[in-house]
Amino acid sequence: MFFVFPGKSGITFFILPVFLFITSFAFAQERKDSIRKNVLDEVVVTARSYKEVIPAQQLSGEKLEALSSFSVADAIRYFSGVQIKDYGGIGGLKTVDIRSMGTNHLGVFYDGIEIGNAQNGTVDLGRFSLDFIEEISLYNGQKSEIFQSAKDFGSAGTVYLRTRRPKFAGNKKTNFVSYFRTGSFDLVNPSVLWEQKINKNISSNLNAEYVYSSGKYKYRHTRYNSDGSIANDTTAIRENGDIHSLRLEGGFNGYLEQGSWNIKGYFYNSEKGLPGAIVGNVWYNPQRQWDRNAFVQGNFQKQLFKNYDFLVNAKYSNDWMRYFNLDTIAWDDAGCRADKTLWVDNRFSQQEFYISTSNKYSILPAWDMNLSVDYIWNTLDANLEDFVYPTRNTLLAVLATAFEWRQLKGQASFSGTFIFDNVKKQDAYQPDDKQEFTPAVFLSYKPLKRQNLNFRAFYKRIFRMPTFNDLYYTHIGNINLRPEFTTQYNLGFQYDKQLKKGIINYLNFRADAYYNEVIDKIVATPKGGSGGGSLYRWEMMNLGYVEIRGIDVSAQIAWNFPADIQINTSLNYTFQKAQDFTDKNSKWYGGQINYIPWHSGSAIAYAQWRTWDLNYSFIYVGERYHNPANTRENYSPPWYTHDMTLGKTFKFKKSPFGEDPGRLKISAEINNMLNQVYEVITCYPMPGRNYKLILKMEI
Amino acid sequence: MRKKNFLWLMAGIISLFASCNREEEIIHTVVIPVAPPDSVIPPAEGERVMLGFYLLNEGNMGNNKSTLDYFDFATGEYRRNIYADANPTVPKELGDVGNDLAIYGSKLYAVINCSNKVEVMDKFTVKRLGQINIPNCRYIKFHEGYAYITSYAGPVQLNPNYEQSGYVAKVDTATLEIVGRCLVGFQPDELEIVGNKIYVANSGGYMFPNYENTLSVIDLATFTEIKRIEVAINLHRVRADKYGNLWVTSRGDYYDTPSGLFWVNTHTDQVEGKLDIAVSDFCISGDSLYICSAEWSYISMNDEVTYGIVDVAKKQIVSRNFITDGTDAQIQIPYGIMVNPVTKDIYVTDATNYVYPGELYCFDKNGKQKWKPVQTGDIPAHFAILYE
Repeated sequence: MFFVFPGKSGITFFILPVFLFITSFAFAQERKDSIRKNVLDEVVVTARSYKEVIPAQQLSGEKLEALSSFSVADAIRYFSGVQIKDYGGIGGLKTVDIRSMGTNHLGVFYDGIEIGNAQNGTVDLGRFSLDFIEEISLYNGQKSEIFQSAKDFGSAGTVYLRTRRPKFAGNKKTNFVSYFRTGSFDLVNPSVLWEQKINKNISSNLNAEYVYSSGKYKYRHTRYNSDGSIANDTTAIRENGDIHSLRLEGGFNGYLEQGSWNIKGYFYNSEKGLPGAIVGNVWYNPQRQWDRNAFVQGNFQKQLFKNYDFLVNAKYSNDWMRYFNLDTIAWDDAGCRADKTLWVDNRFSQQEFYISTSNKYSILPAWDMNLSVDYIWNTLDANLEDFVYPTRNTLLAVLATAFEWRQLKGQASFSGTFIFDNVKKQDAYQPDDKQEFTPAVFLSYKPLKRQNLNFRAFYKRIFRMPTFNDLYYTHIGNINLRPEFTTQYNLGFQYDKQLKKGIINYLNFRADAYYNEVIDKIVATPKGGSGGGSLYRWEMMNLGYVEIRGIDVSAQIAWNFPADIQINTSLNYTFQKAQDFTDKNSKWYGGQINYIPWHSGSAIAYAQWRTWDLNYSFIYVGERYHNPANTRENYSPPWYTHDMTLGKTFKFKKSPFGEDPGRLKISAEINNMLNQVYEVITCYPMPGRNYKLILKMEI
Repeated sequence: MRKKNFLWLMAGIISLFASCNREEEIIHTVVIPVAPPDSVIPPAEGERVMLGFYLLNEGNMGNNKSTLDYFDFATGEYRRNIYADANPTVPKELGDVGNDLAIYGSKLYAVINCSNKVEVMDKFTVKRLGQINIPNCRYIKFHEGYAYITSYAGPVQLNPNYEQSGYVAKVDTATLEIVGRCLVGFQPDELEIVGNKIYVANSGGYMFPNYENTLSVIDLATFTEIKRIEVAINLHRVRADKYGNLWVTSRGDYYDTPSGLFWVNTHTDQVEGKLDIAVSDFCISGDSLYICSAEWSYISMNDEVTYGIVDVAKKQIVSRNFITDGTDAQIQIPYGIMVNPVTKDIYVTDATNYVYPGELYCFDKNGKQKWKPVQTGDIPAHFAILYE
């Protein structure tokens, strides 16, 4: 019953993936010979280090590449327990909300070091292209590892982005990879990577990427009458969504005896339009934004003595942002003051210096202790009236332990955070120093020796500091804010199995149930200024209290069909009841919070046959409300998209650089195949069916 | 052969899916019985019969959630969100941030601030008749066939470097064409017409810390600004009483200068006095000026709620609370107020937390609640009484 579309349930949509397996199986049987490749290593949920308690959700390698995604945010959508806030388009803001705790609770790590934003706490994951990202891992709670910086312990959830590690086949000394993408939205997106082996232990890499897109796409706004006839139907073009961006990145990697080091530099520069909210009579918004982000970071780790490992991370970053509003609807038709445009021109620049050391000592072979100490310095400068010019010094210290005892594995950590803010402005209030102590405990138990079945549980209490904007933004900031806390309880299990015979050669099933609380949630609350008229002023307050009850379920199966067809399938489902319990007297007490669907899920099928690969992916986000007052006016209907990518790889006969002759891959993508009309954020229309062509050359 | 079958099948499946896009209906009116139908007698004022009133909900910026509600005196029914049902063909309904509502002649005018338009509707059917495009429009008044509309003509942003002064647009109500513009101060809000002059409250709300502190006076005949009257910083409302005095509110600066209520003699164009009372909204009915207010206090870190009645003849605060039955404890943020000119029933809107839907309260002239509060749209604010 393909034509019955219940809208509220995701189950019907999973028929298509099943259908696809069958048809692609039939399709491929005509040919006999094969290039056998082990697809497994790309699927396995994670490489198990012996003390890993709770493995990550992970996407890597070819599977990641085939997943018609432009940015990291597009790929993270396929994990369970996450919701993406996507404002649409190539340059549009994309942030991730993990288990409904809010985007500020997700830490984003790029090659091992956190990307910070002391100004507003938001990391735009739309900014990170997937070109040279080899692996994306998502951890609830924290990474299952104790030998890491204090910051790694400091978020309610973390995403790790790992860029490609240079590997040189045979006697090769140079790798050259380039991509070229083009397609809908006038996309032009070339990128190149150069990897050079300097000696046995040291290599360097350099990569550059340019993105241009007009960001133009057709969107449709349709409403229906009760009898199903069209009430109104508008098709318009999304404008001012253009982006130009340049990214340069390079560094050195080295191996030592019992250790390694790396150093890298990063530069990103972009100009983009902010297409804004589409509201009545407003189909165009003129605001623009420029970003310039630069950092250098380094990492060194080595076993200095027997049983003692040492790690140091350091980073300096410098970020600049300009927001400009040139309101072109000023009345120039009257011939009066037409020369004077109306403008807002705000500039913000922030700097961060970060240094961290971790010290791990193995007391017994199955018992480790680690002490990590991080120091972070942040400062923000802005051309706002009455701005206070804040500086923040943060000291983080974490004592952690990991042990294994028979079938039980465990980790515990205790963090201390000390924050000292200063403001430069003479007559401004000096904020109080803050200190917080937070624990986390992770356990896993494997009851059967022969079966890879693990039960796991974790408890974590952590907080996010109010950002500089929360505290100090002229008029809106509130210096009295306290940190926003989250408490997480998680119980789950995982089962995986490798099979030697039969069609299925690997399967993995995992399920988790969780309960989270967000306490002292920082929310913008309007202050009743004398006389409203939409000029009341907002103030940040520690007002909110949210309880989240959720279930994440996922299954992955690797199939090995005859005739060399390998198929990987994965299904993810998330249930979340995230209720606002802020105000007992409110009529809307207990309402589902903004933009959190009760049901959401995804399905991926990735098939390989000789030099061909085909990826199909599906995302479903159930009905939501964009306000805890769950009324008809605040209702957002479910949406789902089907994306498909077809790729073909050609091998070169000769290579200029050595043994491996290299290859050329051509892929074609169709996204939102059914031309679904949808909005992730209300008033921000998303693109309909769109296409992309990708060329990848590797020599 | 198989390949072909596969492609056909795929095409078939896709077209099936494509034809099954979920349909989103327009948002229909919700009818809520509020008062028993028989007990509500249409009040008469002179010859004209009052049928009911419209209530415009502002909605938060960027959400396109300005909505229009209607209360029918005859049936005692509250009709929430009536625009889309009356105008199913209009995309994106009423628009973003409703800021003022008025009836003139046969038409209902809704000033939609962030949609840069004044929506013009039939006053009985609410059917759309047209729109007047005015960027950042704020408030509306009428005089002899013309509508006068204030405009910030600027983005709705806090901006210290902002340099565009606002204006008053003159619109022919028959053709809905803009026939003239008159520059006034920065960010003009309410306006009032007394005799042959328009008084405009300049706020300078984007100019922090350099707020405006004047009323602009425009000569109606020449439609030019003739002078400015210094009153207080950050002016907001200006309305005339029957004695020819203007009652003007100042928002203050939210820090050291509190808000206040001033009166200006329109014969001399002089500020005559000030009453120390915070005002969010007020309504003049006869000699009584009813006030409600929620003023942010940095001391209590809370909204301080005030109600009151000012005698416009004596120029005194005669009451500090017109709600006598304790219902005021339920009202979170009193935001808009209207007094029925005949029955003297008092209608107070509650903006709750500005994010959730609001509530409408009704009190009789003795300050007793007449019926249970009714749920409105978001940030209910502006009233317009409909006469037969």
